[in-house]
Amino acid sequence: MNDKVALHDMTLTDLSQGLRDKHFSSSELTKHFLERIEQLDPQYNSFITVTSDQAIKQAQAADERLASGNAPLLCGIPVAHKDIFCTQGVKTSCASKMLDNFVPPYNAAVVDNFEKSGAVMLGKTNMDEFAMGSSNENSFYGPVKNPWATDSVPGGSSGGSAASVAARLAPAATATDTGGSIRQPAALCGVTGLKPTYGRVSRWGMIAYASSLDQGGPITRTAEDAALMLNVMAGFDQRDSTCIDLEVPDYTKSLNNSIEGLKIGIPKEYFGEGLDPAIGAAVEGAIKQYEKMGAVISEISLPHTQLSVPAYYVIAPAEASANLSRYDGVRYGYRCENPHDLQDLYMRSRGEGFGDEVKRRILVGAYALSAGYYDAYYNKAQQVRRLVKQDYNEAFKNVDIILGPTTPSPAFKFGEKSQDPTAMYLEDIYTISANLAGLPGISLPCGNTAGKPVGLQLISDVFTEERLLNAAHQFQQHTDHHLQAPADSANV
Amino acid sequence: MQWETVIGLEVHVQLATKTKIFSGASTAFGAEPNTQACAIDLAMPGTLPVPNEEAFRYAIMFGLAIDAEIAQRSVFDRKNYFYPDLPKGYQTTQLDRPIVGAGNMEIQLSSGKTKTIRIHHAHLEEDAGKSLHEDFQGMSGIDLNRAGTPLIEIVSEPDMSNSEEAVAFAKKLHALVSSLGICDGEMSQGSMRFDVNISVRPKGQTELGTRTETKNLNSFRFMERAIALEVERQIDLIEDGGTVRQETRLYDAEKHASRSMRSKEEANDYRYFPCPDLLPVVFDEDYIEAVRATLPELPEARRDRYIEQYALSSYDAETLSGDRELSAYFEAVTQDCGDAKLAANWIMGELSASLNSAELKLANSPLNATRLAGLILRIKDGSISGKIAKQVFEIMWASNQSADEVIEAEGLKQVSDTGELAAMVDTVIANSAKQVENYRSADADKRPKMMGFFVGQIMKASKGQANPKAVNDILIEKLNKLL
Amino acid sequence: MAVDRGTIEKLAELARIQISEANIDDVTTSISEILGLVDQLQAANTDNVAPMAHPLDAVQRLRADQVTENNQREDLQACAPEVEDGLFLVPQVID
Repeated sequence: MNDKVALHDMTLTDLSQGLRDKHFSSSELTKHFLERIEQLDPQYNSFITVTSDQAIKQAQAADERLASGNAPLLCGIPVAHKDIFCTQGVKTSCASKMLDNFVPPYNAAVVDNFEKSGAVMLGKTNMDEFAMGSSNENSFYGPVKNPWATDSVPGGSSGGSAASVAARLAPAATATDTGGSIRQPAALCGVTGLKPTYGRVSRWGMIAYASSLDQGGPITRTAEDAALMLNVMAGFDQRDSTCIDLEVPDYTKSLNNSIEGLKIGIPKEYFGEGLDPAIGAAVEGAIKQYEKMGAVISEISLPHTQLSVPAYYVIAPAEASANLSRYDGVRYGYRCENPHDLQDLYMRSRGEGFGDEVKRRILVGAYALSAGYYDAYYNKAQQVRRLVKQDYNEAFKNVDIILGPTTPSPAFKFGEKSQDPTAMYLEDIYTISANLAGLPGISLPCGNTAGKPVGLQLISDVFTEERLLNAAHQFQQHTDHHLQAPADSANV
Repeated sequence: MQWETVIGLEVHVQLATKTKIFSGASTAFGAEPNTQACAIDLAMPGTLPVPNEEAFRYAIMFGLAIDAEIAQRSVFDRKNYFYPDLPKGYQTTQLDRPIVGAGNMEIQLSSGKTKTIRIHHAHLEEDAGKSLHEDFQGMSGIDLNRAGTPLIEIVSEPDMSNSEEAVAFAKKLHALVSSLGICDGEMSQGSMRFDVNISVRPKGQTELGTRTETKNLNSFRFMERAIALEVERQIDLIEDGGTVRQETRLYDAEKHASRSMRSKEEANDYRYFPCPDLLPVVFDEDYIEAVRATLPELPEARRDRYIEQYALSSYDAETLSGDRELSAYFEAVTQDCGDAKLAANWIMGELSASLNSAELKLANSPLNATRLAGLILRIKDGSISGKIAKQVFEIMWASNQSADEVIEAEGLKQVSDTGELAAMVDTVIANSAKQVENYRSADADKRPKMMGFFVGQIMKASKGQANPKAVNDILIEKLNKLL
Repeated sequence: MAVDRGTIEKLAELARIQISEANIDDVTTSISEILGLVDQLQAANTDNVAPMAHPLDAVQRLRADQVTENNQREDLQACAPEVEDGLFLVPQVID
């Protein structure tokens, strides 16, 4: 064991080196994290399922592979998967009562990629039901607690993945982002979260919320770790029609490039009404840091930012209303007791199997698509989507990266917004537009307010994740926000 | 009052691809329930569709065959409704941007006239599974093997004005998709299903009446009867002071009755929108032209060729050219026997009657083209008469012997030996003094008619095996000597 | 746009989601609020703007017509609520 740094505080790069140098084995590493989960997770609830036995077997196999030499970089490293990724033989619930009994006979492409690379699966992380939510309060398995303040939310929908990485229960986790579901919880939990370009990571086996917006990505502690994770996650998959057939670069190669002269645009719309001043101040600090590192800062405008929220809350529910029709109690999943006829089977299985937020979004989606409202809602939203995309196209003519806050406020308390869906929806105001436009975005810690982390968001043009990771990594080389750990986990 | 009927058809054609439209599961008919329904077909969580290129190629072939515009960019939409045989809770189909645009097809009517039926468009979509209602104590069993089978839905304009036209159109479509090889044409297995939109209006009125849709007819005969029934129902209804309700109806062929489908009556709002899991499908001009180059000879061209090349009647040519298998059979027989006329007569006569009464498809005919051609050859060379040939045919049908083997074994070869025939003629003349006397005393122009008696006697004596032409020649010669 | 209870009942029927009598008013209120937020869209000038269904301007790939899926009935029906003779059972379907 490494004397100086505890195993759970090490980055993926360090862990990978440590395994190769035989400072510790994958089995030791895996057991260490399983023990931490067992001891600490009862207070966070970041896992729905812990796959201890399977993890130990995988770790043993990884140790053999490591011993034989030529093992891939992530071989033997434990990771956690959001419970939205199908895992063969392991319950995949999407945090819904509807899928509480669902054990897929197949793996998601992302899960397969990690298996091939020799990574060890610790378990399946908690989330908002069907990835609908920004607080993780919408889970059938109860809310996840923010490791920095257990009376506050971890963000959502990938709250379990963000919290588990923040609490050092997993070195890294997979997650998905439809309107901010990677970046927002990463910001609230003080970790690094990358949403890749739409089409970069296969959606095969990733349970759909809104197909034209969903994208898988990593939650890690550093940008360098995110690059290592993306190396495994990204790639063409012919089973996903929307996956793009484009070569995957080694994302670690460009991390150390100089960012001297990098053109960073600051959208004025991201600093208006609704932004917590403490967040604004932390982001201003980050801007100064980038300036110091040689970046060229300029103000830009993304005029349709405000409209991205209403556009999203038409498009995503519309797609979801169809995507979730398959949960009907016929072939798998929850079926109500003693249905007296077919209609009753549908109405009660879905009425009882889905939680309130999921039902709300299905109804909103059905409304936006229904006869007489399609043009005013769905079609209008898709037009606004193009306007949002055009804003970005204009901006990227002049700047390389767009920088702003990830969220308008730090982690809020449980119950604070859960009674008011529209207030909750505004949580995503800075993250949603990247999904509408298919752009990559990353959130990284840039400070804190009253003990709660603040997230900095960088957005760049499609398929320029290297640039994002390079800029994020350089920031982390000069700052220590990403090294801060919540107090709870320090003494275990 | 004089009434006028307006009919439009929506035709679902199952494409003869090996696999489903969005998954690599087999489409073969008749498998055990749910053994050909993969995770995608069952709409398991996280699964995604990838379209089958062959389904598009087939749709494009159809479009080219009806002279339609092929969309260089077509889009899939989701049609949302709940039904246990529809696993995703939506059908993936094409609403605004179908692969095949407007086209047209000519039909032949019994009056000898032709009529052009306009086709509004044809789009690609997926078939649903099947609900089985028997044997489950008040439950239905769902088999999703058929779910995801590629279909083209062909939508006609309301250009037909009676059941004859509708059936002619349906048959023509059947012939076309079979000839193109894009559908197996097995109506009894549901490979083609017809929805018929029917309305009536007073003759001369331009405004259309309220229409009903009779769904899922899968035979031409049922279609004809269902149309007659529905037209009558609508006219009776209006004449009795009622009004026709726009509704979906189900025709029960056994009872020859139809009823409203209540479950389809609830106001359906399908909430169509572009499928976000699929991208626009794009074909350039070169692709479409390459498909055009693979088009087989179409029934109409084949019919014209049969008239031209084989001098068949237009009725024979129409019948034999309509079905790809039938025309292939006909051409094979003609090739082997060298007589298109006889080939046509035998195929449309004896062969087709025997197939019908045995309820067999041509593909399962006990008599292949080579064996039938062998029989025709023996008629042509005078070895057997047409009458004996029917006897030979029956034996061939029930065995696997060739015509020659049957003729040999049964001793059916025609007697053409003049010596043998002359002896028979002499015997008959000797035993028919009275008839010979009548013949001699009759006027010359009456005599040919009186020959029939002698020929009949000789055929009887030869058990039908005497060559009629040779008999005739010898008989005339011998009788004339007696004059 | 505010929606009334009747509209919510109709939507619930369309989406096959039972909403209890006790909840219907709350659901009506929250959906109305969400639609209020969404109505901000109406302010946007979208004349001559083509709707955008996909974030990337990509084109569909097509698959070769080859059987790649064999019978997996046993695995795929392992999580089924009710199965008999390989069929999924549901309350009687009435056409």
